[in-house]
Amino acid sequence: MSTVFLALQDVDEARPIVEAVLRDNPEAKVEHQPAMIRLTADNKLVVNRETVSEIMGADWDPQEIQLVLISFGGNIEEDDDHFTIYWN
Amino acid sequence: MAKRLNMRDRYRLMTRLGWETSYQPMDKVFPYDKYEGIKVKDWDAWEDPFRMTMDAYWKYQGEKEKKLYAIMDAFAQNNGHLNISDARYVNALKLFIQGVSPLEYQAHRGFARQGRHFTGEGARVACQMQSLDELRHVQTQVHTISHYNKYFDGFHDPFHWHDRVWYLSVPKSFFDDANTAGPFEFMVAIGFSFEYVLTNLLFVPFMSGAAYNGDMSTVTFGFSAQSDEARHMTLGLQAIKFMLEQHEDNVPIVQGWIDKWLWRGYKVLSLVGAMMDYMLPESPMSWKEAWEIYFEENGGALFNDLARYGIKVPDYAEICAKEKDHISHQVWGILYNHTAAAAIHTWMPDEKKMDWLSAKYPDTFDKYYRPRFEHWKEMEAKGERYYSQTLPCICQTCQIPMGFTEPDDPTQIAYRSTEYQGERYHFCSDPCKQIFENEPEKYVHAWLPPQQIFQGNCGGPTLDDVLKWYNIKVGADNMDYVGSPDEKRWKEWKGLDQEDDLPATGTE
Repeated sequence: MSTVFLALQDVDEARPIVEAVLRDNPEAKVEHQPAMIRLTADNKLVVNRETVSEIMGADWDPQEIQLVLISFGGNIEEDDDHFTIYWN
Repeated sequence: MAKRLNMRDRYRLMTRLGWETSYQPMDKVFPYDKYEGIKVKDWDAWEDPFRMTMDAYWKYQGEKEKKLYAIMDAFAQNNGHLNISDARYVNALKLFIQGVSPLEYQAHRGFARQGRHFTGEGARVACQMQSLDELRHVQTQVHTISHYNKYFDGFHDPFHWHDRVWYLSVPKSFFDDANTAGPFEFMVAIGFSFEYVLTNLLFVPFMSGAAYNGDMSTVTFGFSAQSDEARHMTLGLQAIKFMLEQHEDNVPIVQGWIDKWLWRGYKVLSLVGAMMDYMLPESPMSWKEAWEIYFEENGGALFNDLARYGIKVPDYAEICAKEKDHISHQVWGILYNHTAAAAIHTWMPDEKKMDWLSAKYPDTFDKYYRPRFEHWKEMEAKGERYYSQTLPCICQTCQIPMGFTEPDDPTQIAYRSTEYQGERYHFCSDPCKQIFENEPEKYVHAWLPPQQIFQGNCGGPTLDDVLKWYNIKVGADNMDYVGSPDEKRWKEWKGLDQEDDLPATGTE
């Protein structure tokens, strides 16, 4: 069992992403550090375009995560609908 | 109206633009992709998870820049430098602009040059974007830190210092080594080992150090750069997996590179360890804690993932684990001894900092390091602040002065040597010696500052000659923080009494 993590800047643009992650990944945990939000999960963490867009009230492109991304741990898989971090 | 292409197709159509050359044979157009012994059966297996096309790159980078430069302007307009915890902190930024920013430039050049030599376009495109990112990092670092250059010493000539000054040959030789390797080794060295395995040990200490000490501009730069780093990490991991999946013969070659570059990166990071334990008035975490989280834990998950290819954690990691209680104190001691010849200030830790160090290093600080610091403090109090009058012997490979001790005996200086073609070479450790012995023809060319000074190639025979050649301002850039122009100005700005012996932590 390996932990994946996603660290985002603690800014307005990141909040819908954090909310979406906690909604779509029931086992995920969130930790607040100075200026940074750290999300962790076992083996896999998914960010869904649809969920983030619904929370934001606007169309969100998964590539936009780069504007608030600080760091991550795991392999990346991304397309038009999701941004996923995973370990094998 | 035509349907918009999805991300995968868009990316493929806009980046897979290569062709079999006909005017010249492929081997002449790509002369370096075979000599390292890495076998590639099918470049089409290269995946780039971020699937960035140039238009997306320009759009997102442009947005990041607008935000970043607005914050830099606000910081400058509001004299943000006055909000830091204490002027001692600024020496961490000096180490950054001197030690790190020139490496960003080296990375820019490296990714441009090395990336061009992969026959697979996916790799070339990703390296090209990373090259642009690294140039962006140089520029944004210089821009951010230029504000501090107006008010503090030690910032005015970092790229010149990178080429000449003794402690900066440590990061310089690291990147010179990578830039003179082949393209595949470069990817393992920088893309994987540095940008993936070790990146958090460089960035988190500086950026959380900035956050804890009131330096908003550096925090902002850090976060802005980190979003680029996510793509770099992906490139590094992808490069490793690609090499390992393409042919089983690649596995031992890649393992050898991972072993070598983990060690070389770890040695450079010892400067960061000293910075985080000694230069930060408010300390977020110790070097030991950072190593445990960012290498032992995070790295553990990564190597578990790579185990299925036959890759294992480098043996050298055992030495790093033994040394985590020692290296930051040893490096601070080296910098303290030789600060008359450096463009950073050093100082003895105050009581509060020493108590913090005792708590963070319960097995080693009070036993091995507090006594020597208390001795140096006594000398200082007598007006005899210790400055070494000679040049240290440095390691042929990592180029750090040989102040490190045996992994199993902290009372013995670690010293190794080997003979090659009639010359004796000196090393700080077994791994540095092994790296040399694997490629002696490479490392015999190392430009070692003490040897060069003794040969008369650095401006002249006296320390003042050398400092002039370095373009280090005597009495301003160098020497102890106590008594420096930085300290005097800081006290003036904060309305503090010049005679007060301020604690190194906080200003109240």
